[in-house]
Amino acid sequence: MRAMFLAGAMGLALSCSAASIASAAEVTIYCGSQSEELRLCREGAEAWAAGSGNTVRVLEAPERSDERYWRYLDRLERRDSSIDVYQIDVIWPSALAGHLLDLTPHVDPATLATHLPAIVANNTVGGELVAMPWFTDVGLLYYRADLLQKHGIPVPATYGDLAAAALRVQRAERAGGMPDLWGFVFQGNAYEGLTCNALEWIDAFGGRLLDEDGNVAINSPEAALALAQAASWVGTIAPPRVTRFVEEDARITFQLGNAVFMRNWPYAWALLNDKDSAVRDKVGVAPLPSGYAGGRRSAVLGGWQLAVSRYSRVQDEAVDLVRYLTSAAEQKRRAIEGSFAPTIAALYEDPEVLAATPFFAELRPTLAGAVARPSSPTGLRYAQVSTLFWEAAHATLSGYGSAQANLGALEDRLRLLQARGGW
Amino acid sequence: MATVAPAASAAIEPLGKARASRLTRERVRYAWLFLAPMLVVLFLVAAWPLGRTMWFGLTDANLSDLAGAQFVGFANFAYLMSDPDWWQAVRNTVTFAVISVTLETILGLGIALAINANLPGKGLMRTAVLIPWAIPTIVSAQMWAWMFNDVFGVINHMLMAIGIISQPVAWTANPDTALWAVIMVDVWKTTPFMALLILAGLQMLPSECYEAAEVDGVHPLKVFWKVTLPLLKPALMVAVIFRILDALRVFDVIYVMTGNNKSTMSMSIYARQQLVDFQDVGYGSAAATMLFFIIAIFTVAYMTLGRVGKED
Repeated sequence: MRAMFLAGAMGLALSCSAASIASAAEVTIYCGSQSEELRLCREGAEAWAAGSGNTVRVLEAPERSDERYWRYLDRLERRDSSIDVYQIDVIWPSALAGHLLDLTPHVDPATLATHLPAIVANNTVGGELVAMPWFTDVGLLYYRADLLQKHGIPVPATYGDLAAAALRVQRAERAGGMPDLWGFVFQGNAYEGLTCNALEWIDAFGGRLLDEDGNVAINSPEAALALAQAASWVGTIAPPRVTRFVEEDARITFQLGNAVFMRNWPYAWALLNDKDSAVRDKVGVAPLPSGYAGGRRSAVLGGWQLAVSRYSRVQDEAVDLVRYLTSAAEQKRRAIEGSFAPTIAALYEDPEVLAATPFFAELRPTLAGAVARPSSPTGLRYAQVSTLFWEAAHATLSGYGSAQANLGALEDRLRLLQARGGW
Repeated sequence: MATVAPAASAAIEPLGKARASRLTRERVRYAWLFLAPMLVVLFLVAAWPLGRTMWFGLTDANLSDLAGAQFVGFANFAYLMSDPDWWQAVRNTVTFAVISVTLETILGLGIALAINANLPGKGLMRTAVLIPWAIPTIVSAQMWAWMFNDVFGVINHMLMAIGIISQPVAWTANPDTALWAVIMVDVWKTTPFMALLILAGLQMLPSECYEAAEVDGVHPLKVFWKVTLPLLKPALMVAVIFRILDALRVFDVIYVMTGNNKSTMSMSIYARQQLVDFQDVGYGSAAATMLFFIIAIFTVAYMTLGRVGKED
């Protein structure tokens, strides 16, 4: 398997511009560190290095997206030339564009056309392609197919059904010898992940953070209803500790067999079906529920891109590494080994990819309908808007203030921020 | 250099009026010459950054585009005054400072008195007491954060073992307990510093007063209240003001233990979050300027109160 990729890498390197292979360079890349993410990144980067005659240094980025952002900003603001390639979140291109190299001249338009157009558009700021799409993310509902079948419960289509099913299975199974079982786990810590989760709940009930014109629209009965319902889960169907869960806490709880439902990104699939997993072959994946029967199934769009720093001293090699890592062959390997959702449309019909990750076959419509976080309208202010939003959501989940009161206070703060030349 | 010159000439003038001899004038000139490097350094590391921060506070500067900053008057300060999060940070900081310094002073005084008594092993004890102060804050704060952890923390384990709590408590995550956890760690860490400063004061006290008290057969408690405490007051004042200034700009212990959590956020953490995380240099500088003035007000008020006490 590995040899094949090495061969592929060499082929690619040979076909690339000769300039980049003139002398060996060391390229440093910041990769995500969520479970298998780092290993897959390192393997890919090393395959490129072996094929191109360069060397790579793989750095581990912090686990939480918001902490990564601040780490990167710190480097980029200092014009640090020691990092060449950054793995950046789908919400950052507009905020970081000034620091990132325009990749338009370095990427074949035909190659770019194979990527999902919405992500390419997201990564294009002021006509410049500031990052190449690497993998996409969307919120998914993981469920224990075996437990639902045992209790004769269909996969829930609304959050109300989900809570009822979670409670029923939790009660029955706790009495039946699984004392640690919880109904539902998600990302409830005060961080960017909660912004994603809370936006999904609110959108599912018909609420939103900003309206089409970018004005604050968060203080609505729909949003309050969604947050109040989520707050009612904590301590009943979700462990009290869920207010400190990030992706991996939820994934590990679920993988140990201690949860019936989980909200998470596609990456969890490969790990849940790993040979050491307690829930191997017992897991199903469905779109996240709606707020009410027949309503919208809302999922937040995530995903990661690779960008080259303007301050890099080995830009040609860095661009080449980005081209290699975002290539169809590498995305296919990552989809099979790590269930990272590709950004190349054709891979969703690839039989080998679908054999490893069957739910990718139904992922395209979910991706197409996914909710974007308001990073484009708010630009540089997004980090602040998101922080205020997750703080309000976290306070509500933790039982400090009602959903309505917290959303009212959030609205005031966002309005003040907007008035102060926010966006 | 240019800003130093007028101050220098102003200072020399009265001497000139008094018709100082050539030698005196020469000496004054050399004094300024020798002071100049220090004044330049002070200007560069204190006055210039402070002035620049104050100036940024009046602009809409952004971290990624400092050059494009526009003057906005006091808009940042007006917004700061209306931000409930800022006032929460002020409340947190003042609560933290008052409670931690009070506890540190009382405990520090107790420890200093104990060490000052001529007990065997005095030197060893003095060294041992200093250990918490010697550990870098980053390390000790992280160490305590782990000890407070609700899953593997030893504190929950111990409290549950002796039956004080029945469920693990997330000490640093729960808004009701987080500030107290932070205060506790700061008291643990900084009490030795207070103890040492007070001990230094105790050892300077004249022994005659104590001998006189002993001859008169005064009760030891009365000796403490009527002799030790009044004599110790100047040393205590210095120690307390050191700690108050330090506590009002607290950053590391809180940031390591609870991050940007609103329930423990200090003024420094608020300013840092705006400056760095949100890249809002103008607004963050306004917050830093306010922090400076609040500390200045505290210092002036404290010094004034201390002086009033002395006049009595």
